[in-house]
Amino acid sequence: MGFFQIGVFLLVAVSALGVVRTRDPLAQSVAVSFYGLVLSLLFFLHQAPDVALSQIVVGAVALPLMILLALSRIHAQDEERK
Amino acid sequence: MRTGLLAAGGAGMAALFLWGMAGLPPFGSYPGPYGDLLDSFAVGERKATDVVSAVNFDYRGFDTLGEEFILFVSVAGATLLLRKIEESADGEESREESEREDRQAGRAPPPTSDATRAFGVALVGLTVLFGLYMISHGQTTPGGGFQGGVILATAPLSVYLAADARTFQRIAPRSVVEWVGSMAAAAYIVLGLAAVVLGAEFLRNVTPLGEEEKMGSSGNIFWLNLGVGIEVAGGFVLLLSVFIEEALQRRLRRESR
Repeated sequence: MGFFQIGVFLLVAVSALGVVRTRDPLAQSVAVSFYGLVLSLLFFLHQAPDVALSQIVVGAVALPLMILLALSRIHAQDEERK
Repeated sequence: MRTGLLAAGGAGMAALFLWGMAGLPPFGSYPGPYGDLLDSFAVGERKATDVVSAVNFDYRGFDTLGEEFILFVSVAGATLLLRKIEESADGEESREESEREDRQAGRAPPPTSDATRAFGVALVGLTVLFGLYMISHGQTTPGGGFQGGVILATAPLSVYLAADARTFQRIAPRSVVEWVGSMAAAAYIVLGLAAVVLGAEFLRNVTPLGEEEKMGSSGNIFWLNLGVGIEVAGGFVLLLSVFIEEALQRRLRRESR
């Protein structure tokens, strides 16, 4: 592993810790998006551009989007109950 | 006590992890024969310069059929769970009316900022173009139907963010999205069966291979990517439209109380 790869590897570890340590689900969805982006960079640096693209699309876009939509639904339901 | 346990567990984990890492083969080493074989055959045999796509959509095309339908079923499931519980009987007219009442009562949704509008509009053309490129060049460069499909689906989303839910529903009517998406999913099976009709195995690459590094080359790999791209885009747009429709509906329900 080269210098760059080790750096991104550490960045993945730190941002994963960030996702776990974030308590607010809304902030967490943004954190998980960033984590997905960093992870895709790691895949790309290991010569797997196909996997990196899937990772960007699923991990950095689709997953946070679904979490956001679900959160907005839960939020609206709570509001309705009041 | 808890911190102590965590520290002990963490130290053990780190030790095992480092031990495992130390025993890994060097980066880039590959002991199996399969990958090297495919590397030397895929370009000549299938005119596909992206061997990953050649594996996904040709040599292992049957697995991708399963993957595609995993997505299809999960979208169908989510749509079923979030289906409208009560159909609004009075339809479009009262919707507009209640929206007007909403506005008068000062409950209108906050207006979209100019920056969001401009950025959203600028993004639409780019995402459509990039999505189509991604889908149509899956056999030559990294990418393909799955990735391109999701990129394509973000175009209506930026329309929704730049304009409103009504515009989203107008450019992506739910019935059309459902129909096109399902047809594209079915096309995978149809293409597979076409090979059977021609006397080969299910999903054998029977369409013309064309010239390598050109759009539309590699026969089935291109056509399957196209179908998967449309299906994935349709699935994601459908999910978005379910959520957006529900948000509209809810506003109306609250209004009617």
